[in-house]
Formats: sequence, structure tokens, C-alpha cells
Amino acid sequence: MNLDHLSIDEILLKRRSLRRQLAAVEGLQSVRIAVLGGSTTNEVVDLLELFLLDSGFQPVFHQSEYGRFYEDAVLDPADLIAFAPDIVYLHTSYLNVQSVPPVACSEKDFQSYVEDELGRYQQIWQSIEQNVPAQIIQNNFELPPHAFLGNLDSVSSGGASRFFLALNAEFARAAAGDPRLTLQDVHRLSAQIGLANWFDWDRYFGYKILTTSEGSIALARSLASIVRAIYGKSRKVLVLDLDNTLWGGVIGDDGVDGIQIGRETPVAEAYTAFQEYCLMLRNRGVLLAVCSKNNEDVAKQGFEHPDSVLKLEHISCFKANWEPKHENILAIAKELNLGVDSFVFVDDNPAERSIVESQIGGIAVPNVGNEVSKYAAIIEAGRYFEPVAMSEEDIARAALYQTNAARASSEAKFANYGEYLDSLEMAAEIERFKPLYLERIAQLTNKSNQFNLTTRRYTLAEMEAISRDEQYIGLYGKLSDRFGDNGLISIVLGRREDAVLHIDLWLMSCRVLKRDMELAMLDVLVSEAKIIGIGTLVGAYLPTKKNGMVEDHYEKLGFDPVSLDPDSKVSVWTLDVSGYIPRTQHIKIMEPVHG
Amino acid sequence: MDSNILLEELQSIFRDILDQPDLVLTRGSNANNVEDWDSLAHINLVTAIEKRYKIKFALGELQELKDVGDMIDLIQVKLAAK
Repeated sequence: MNLDHLSIDEILLKRRSLRRQLAAVEGLQSVRIAVLGGSTTNEVVDLLELFLLDSGFQPVFHQSEYGRFYEDAVLDPADLIAFAPDIVYLHTSYLNVQSVPPVACSEKDFQSYVEDELGRYQQIWQSIEQNVPAQIIQNNFELPPHAFLGNLDSVSSGGASRFFLALNAEFARAAAGDPRLTLQDVHRLSAQIGLANWFDWDRYFGYKILTTSEGSIALARSLASIVRAIYGKSRKVLVLDLDNTLWGGVIGDDGVDGIQIGRETPVAEAYTAFQEYCLMLRNRGVLLAVCSKNNEDVAKQGFEHPDSVLKLEHISCFKANWEPKHENILAIAKELNLGVDSFVFVDDNPAERSIVESQIGGIAVPNVGNEVSKYAAIIEAGRYFEPVAMSEEDIARAALYQTNAARASSEAKFANYGEYLDSLEMAAEIERFKPLYLERIAQLTNKSNQFNLTTRRYTLAEMEAISRDEQYIGLYGKLSDRFGDNGLISIVLGRREDAVLHIDLWLMSCRVLKRDMELAMLDVLVSEAKIIGIGTLVGAYLPTKKNGMVEDHYEKLGFDPVSLDPDSKVSVWTLDVSGYIPRTQHIKIMEPVHG
Repeated sequence: MDSNILLEELQSIFRDILDQPDLVLTRGSNANNVEDWDSLAHINLVTAIEKRYKIKFALGELQELKDVGDMIDLIQVKLAAK
């Protein structure tokens, strides 16, 4: 049984028979949950029971009388005490607040409205903590359905939206300072669904149920994940397939140069984003493991791809071989000394998912489909890795992982443009064409129109031939800065004729304009040219409707004019490289990596 | 839609929601003579019917329904108006 695989409609329709089947499982862990609600909570409780049964709990519930959450907690807690709950869930909505600031509320009074309401909840939490040894789960507030002041509703001291946001900030502070108080983030849950799909006024007026059934399911799922976390049942390990899961393509067939990862194509970007998601999970304490049908040495090459976000050091256990995946996963569990019921398995192949799920009891196998852009959202929806609090070790570990890149300080003022460029901490990789990048080189050559001196087009096959021809110097440039990697963004192609190098191609992506990248390209071009005995560079500007921005490119780089055709406006420029001094000041050019 | 077919389809929804695989529904079935048709089950039934036929009952209409026969008549009116 796995509720994750059922649609919302199926859950709603079949919930009684699902409950019957789930409750028949042996060895369920008892948990007593008191629900103190501000509206009718039967539906949420009904669904929560289902999700908890599915998580291995046998819940017993006590519900307050309708709307009597304050009274049952503070004034008359006898029933609550008699029930002896393990968990008290306080489910209140924006409707349960006693007084929202009036439209004419002053800034000073606004604070006291927030404090008054907070005080009422503090009373509730204190009373529960004094009377029963239970963990409290308190939800924060969704935004109210109407913004009477429009956009000003979040700004004005008489705005209800601003009031609930302020109250939520206070609730967060309270939960952060009290280990017995756990916050359920209804503000986020309702936003995820959308307020228009969260409230159901017919159900509210008819039965005093405030939310749609979708909203109730979201509440119940989120609660179940909190209960699992409280009892230490959150999952701890993400087991990942490789081909078409962490990168596009099959590394055994396509080779490390052929897999899709990096910034060069939309598909590669999507895989990079998923690797970044996995790395974020790893940085907050979730262990990553690899389980792939591949030769181990070939599989590991994928992590040495220069654009791979995940490196081998991030993988706690690596299994790449041709044995069945469920056997490998059991071996991973043994090596990590963790139960498979703390594992989540992600694989694009439905056959592998199915066999792993059927062979390993307790493992979570979300149906991630085969579209990488959706993997992260589907894993998120499962709420597998819910932490109940960040321990000191968690925080220390996260700090260790954190890149020390300074935050972008938007207030920083720069004395001149050079100082601004320095602040970007740019680093360039400028090297001869490599097989790994030929596809991107051909692609960039064929789509760049603006920063392109000659607008000559080359096919992939032509570029491949050029990259092997010793008469050519083909350079690609990649530029990264402290905001991230811009990818491969510039190409210069020189053709040798004796001691002269004719620059057939010079182009750059407009996303790195005015970064001095052209100076860096020139520095490397000159140094490569000198190595093979070139004395002069010759460049031409061939005007098109789109490349006006580079009309004075060679002039700005200090080339001397040779000719200007009065009709075609084609200009030719030359540079003597003998006395050339490198000019790049603001970009660090990385040493080439050979081998 | 034919009211006999509608009755059959409603029977299937009632069997699922109430978890009674052998339940036999008639036009005269109501909350008093069908076991476990309590208020929460009623909400679930209404929600399931609304989703199944992509219709929405108005607040006043729900209070008028005495039995399954009334339900069928109202669904037919709603479907015809679509």
C-alpha cells in the first residue's frame, strides 16, 4: 500500500476501504493526538488517520468541541489531561483571530494588536505544556481571502495581510525558541495550492469546513510528515540512478563528452538544476547514494565532467554494476548502517522503480516520471526528509558545506567601473577547442548575431575538422563570476597563413557584454599565436544589420586600420604581436588543465 | 442521462465512499436507512458527486435533498443545464 501513488480523487473516494486495509497491518506504533480546532476538523483528522496508518502509526484522536480550542486548552483542560495526548495539534485559521486591526489603525496600535493575539496563543501553548507532556503542533496563518486595501493590504498598519504576516513572524520566533512547539507552515501550504483553491465557502457555510478537500489533504500530508519527524521516522538517504536521472543520456554509449549536463542546452540546464537540488539536500544532512547499471569506472567519469555539480565526494555510497538494483540498495543500507525504510529511490526507469518497490519493503519510490524538470517537485511533494529541528551538528555541517562566496551586497558603491568588475570575482577558462564543447561551439557560432565580427556559420562537422587542423587556432572562453557559471560564451577562430593569423571568427554571447572578456580572449589568442611563430594578427569587420555593436571592436583592442571598403563598409585591421603586453586586469584566467 | 444509469453510477460511488461493496441503492435510500451515512460521509458523497459530474450544488439545494431520488433529479437538472 502506498498512498503516494494514488490521486487525490482516488484517496477521497476509497478512503474507508484504504483505512480498513492499512489498519490491518501488524506492528503499528500507537500515537495519541488531540486536535484543538477553530473550525470543523473531522475531515482533516479522517485524512490524517489515513496518512499516519500509511506511515506505520496507529493513531487515536481526541477532538475539541467545535471552535473551543482556547477554552479546552486554557480554561477547562480536564478532557485534554484525561486523554493524555502525545501530540496536541492546534488548528486555527485567520477566522479565529479575535481582533484584526481596523483600517484606521495607527502604526503604534498595530504592534499592540499583534502582541495581544500572540499573547492569547502563548497562553494556550503554556497551558498545554504545563498540563500534558505532549509535543505541540501549531499552524501559522494563511493570508485572508480578501485584500480590502488591495496591494496596500500588505503595507498599511490597517491591512489584514500585513497583520497576519506579522503574526506569522511572531509564531516563527516562538517556535524557534521552544523545542516543544512545532510550527506547521500553512502559509506556505495554502500558497502552494493557491488561496482560490484553499478556501471553500460553500463547505464553510454548510459544514464549517474551511478548506477544499485538496486543502484538507495538503494539511493532513504535512501533519503526517511532522509526526514522522517527531518520531524520528523522516527519511535520511536519497538513492539516485545516473543515466537520464542525474544527467541526460547514457554515459556508457554517449561518453562523458556526450552526456547532458551544464549550461549549454535547456536539457543540460534542467539536469544541472536537479543536481543542485540534490546537493542542497546533501548540504542539510540527507545522504546521497548512487545505484546505477553501469561499469563503475565509466559511471564515475560522469562526476568528473567539469559541469557536474555533484562530485564523487558528495556521494556517501556508490554502487555501479550490473547486479539487480534492489540487491545493490540492500548493500548500500548495510554499508551505511541505516534501514531501507529511511531510503528514497529516484530512477527515471519505471521498470526499475517497480522492481525496487516490490522487492524492498518500506523504501519510498516516488513516481518521478522521466522529465527531469519535474523530479525535484515530485520528491518535494512526498515530504520525505522533513526535519523537526536543525540540530547543532546539522548547522555545523551545513556551514562547512556552504561556499564562502560573499553575498551580493546591493548597497555596495564602486569608485569606478573597474572596481565593479573586480567585485564580480570573474574567472575565465580560455582554451583550445575540445571535443566536449564542439556541439556548443557550433551552436553558438550559428546563433550569435550581435557580438559577431564576421557572422560566418560553421556546421558541427566543419568545426570538428577545424579542431584537428593545425593551421587553425580555435579558442573557446567560459566565464564564471560570483553569481555562478555563465558557461561557454565566446569563440575566436584564427587561420594561419605563414606568420599571419587571420581571425575568421570572433563572437561572444551578449550575456557577458562589457566584462572585458574580449581582452582576455585577445591575451590568450596572442600567447597561443606567439607559440607557433605568428607575428601579425589580421581581423576584419563584416557589417550586418545586427552587428553594429562591434564596429569599433578592433579599434578598441588597439589594432591598426588597414583598409575600409567605401561600399560594403568592410574594414580590415592588423596587430603586431611582438611587443604585446597582456591587458586583462579584472578577470582571472585559469591555467589550462592538460591531460 | 437516464436515471437508471445514474442510479447505478451513484451506487458505485456510495459503495466506495461508505466501503460497502454490496450496498444496493434505491431512489428511496436516505441517511436513515443506509448504514454509516453520517454527516462526514454525506460531505464526502457530495464532493465525490460534484467531482464525478463536474457540477456544483448550491447551498440551498443541498438542504432540500431528502433521499437518493431527489439527488438523481437534481443531478439531471444540472447536467441538462450544462
